[in-house]
Amino acid sequence: MKTKQLLLGDEALALGAINAGLSGAYAYPGTPSTEILEFVQGNDVARQRRIHSHWSSNEKTAVEEALGMSYCGKRAMVSMKHVGMNVAADAYVNSAMTGANGGLLVIAADDPSMHSSQNEQDSRFYADFALMPVLEPSDQQEAYDMARYGMELSERFAIPVMVRLVTRLSHSRAVVEVDAEPSPENELHYPANPRQWVLMPAISKMRYKQLLEDYTGFEQASEESPFNRYIEGKDKSLGLVVTGLGWNYVNEIFPDGIPFPTVKVSQYPIPTAMIGRLFDECDAVMVIEEGQPIVERKLRGALDRTGVIYGKITGELNLTGELTPDGVRTGIAKVKGDMECLKAPELHAASKVTKPRPPALCQGCGHRDVYAALNGVLEEYSHPKVFGDIGCYTLGFLSPFNAIDTCVDMGASITMAKGAADAGQHPAVAIIGDSTFTHSGMTGLLDAINENTPMTVIISDNLTTGMTGGQDSQGTGKLEDICLGLGADPAHVRTIDALPKNIEQMKSLFREEIEYKGLSVIISRRECIQTARRHASVKK
Amino acid sequence: MKTDIVLAGVGGQGILSIATILGAAALDEGLHLKQAEVHGMSQRGGDVQSNLRISDRKIASDLIPFGSADLIVSLEPMEALRYLEYLSPEGWIVTNTTPFNNITDYPEMEEIMAELSRMPNVVAFDMDAMAKEVAGPRAANMVLLGACAPFVKGLEKEKIEDGIRKVFGRKGEAMVESNLRAFRAGWDSAANK
Repeated sequence: MKTKQLLLGDEALALGAINAGLSGAYAYPGTPSTEILEFVQGNDVARQRRIHSHWSSNEKTAVEEALGMSYCGKRAMVSMKHVGMNVAADAYVNSAMTGANGGLLVIAADDPSMHSSQNEQDSRFYADFALMPVLEPSDQQEAYDMARYGMELSERFAIPVMVRLVTRLSHSRAVVEVDAEPSPENELHYPANPRQWVLMPAISKMRYKQLLEDYTGFEQASEESPFNRYIEGKDKSLGLVVTGLGWNYVNEIFPDGIPFPTVKVSQYPIPTAMIGRLFDECDAVMVIEEGQPIVERKLRGALDRTGVIYGKITGELNLTGELTPDGVRTGIAKVKGDMECLKAPELHAASKVTKPRPPALCQGCGHRDVYAALNGVLEEYSHPKVFGDIGCYTLGFLSPFNAIDTCVDMGASITMAKGAADAGQHPAVAIIGDSTFTHSGMTGLLDAINENTPMTVIISDNLTTGMTGGQDSQGTGKLEDICLGLGADPAHVRTIDALPKNIEQMKSLFREEIEYKGLSVIISRRECIQTARRHASVKK
Repeated sequence: MKTDIVLAGVGGQGILSIATILGAAALDEGLHLKQAEVHGMSQRGGDVQSNLRISDRKIASDLIPFGSADLIVSLEPMEALRYLEYLSPEGWIVTNTTPFNNITDYPEMEEIMAELSRMPNVVAFDMDAMAKEVAGPRAANMVLLGACAPFVKGLEKEKIEDGIRKVFGRKGEAMVESNLRAFRAGWDSAANK
């Protein structure tokens, strides 16, 4: 029995996993992946079955927790945004070496066009060198269906399977046909070959050979996958290799059927036999893929002696930013300009009146008071440097505060401030949120504490993971204890409420600690205005 | 039969509720639907938009191509103008005229209204004022939903009202009635266009 539901791509994948007998979901929040774990948290079946759905401290701990569940034979999934893959990489790459026991999905949600990210790295590269299969749904229904298929694929080959999403699927809703009844969970059972899970060199050498052998099986599975297809076409002057969401845009352009032979790729390793046939049958081939041109590079090779491959590297499609229906249409038009449906549509001219409207910190947000006070103190110095981090408070870079000098990766505020202080910089101030601090700030703080580095760390604690919409923060109520436990001097672990009426008090506190020639931590605290409003309306 | 809608506004104004209600109504009618929305950093007082596509045929792309939106529906007048390239030559703009001014270089209202009046098919009025009059200041998005509803093909007025009941039902009958009043007031201002 099937029912219909209106679901985001993220939600479709999460529901698919629950209905495939999921026992544990692990994640750290990150746009556009956040709604996957949130869906599990709100799902009735998940609640009844007590499917694990608590947020993890970071993506690496999340992958390891999911791997531990898989080791015990249960089905698990772990989800993160693309840059979370960097944090998780050690665990992720080595999970291909241990293999999986219970089905394990590693979900990486990429953000081409950088709607809410610092880069547009393509997670398929990770799977490529880790030697892991990838599923890349082209629509919400495939996202749902691939959860069960991916769990089965993972158990069949005893390997974790990556599911690659992109923003436009993660955050787009469509009607999805779903199973009315969830499948039972796996019983607890241990791996057939327990030695394989101990990655000592002697074992790893054998295991690596096995993984390379298994890889030919992954390749065969891609040729036979229900999600990869060779579609016949009459016009053989061009063939298309289309991955992920590119499939939708090609179908949008050709509503009555694609005139060219086309290979739809939604499972990797790439189906080389199918694509080989396309090269045999067509005069030229265009590769249409979302993200970096990984398939195009593979087909081209280092020397590219074919001379008949079009795509992002040759410039028909944009090398940066996400695919769009117009981008794909103009791309194909550059090769096949004579077709009626590729003609530029009649358009209204863009308005000259509109102005950019960048996002801003909310009115009533404690980060505002921190920046107001900090700016007030730092203008007393000739060359202060403020090392920022990832979260709402990154917006402190913009007007009116113009308050931070760097923003690189999760936790880098503390460690970069340390490096700067080591170089002789004063004042060296780090500003980091509570959730980012427990994600990746604590270990860097230990470095600074061990050397009593003359720098000032401000933890702007809003009691939540604000940027992604208010998920539980793992350090809530424990930040002072964490800092003291790491060995910070109790005289220089200071706490203050970040409120407009405390601005003068905040300024003197900041000034005192900046002047102290050692490591200080200031925890400025005020609940996120968004979660505070939500809590108030729940109480009503 | 298809209606492609670009929904526009400023983060926090409530454009996604409009999408949710139209989505609920379309699902009920067995229509195809795709709705791409923006989450994350862009929600914090920045410009936000959502692409809503409703059709009786399968919909391929989550994004609306240039020149093919049937409607731009906006809670804010400058935001209505941000997406003109997506509007089809015969498309309609339905927009609130109350500015949301949270930037230092917000254009003069005369410029915005002049640009709007150059467009062929426009419904523009002060939806904040109408919401205050019939329902409450926070119902401007329901006035906007009402004003755009006559242009949405395949969804009868009653079906959208059912969608409002479904979405606001758990907040109580008074909330449903207030939103329905705002919706109907918006409908009446646009239905004769």
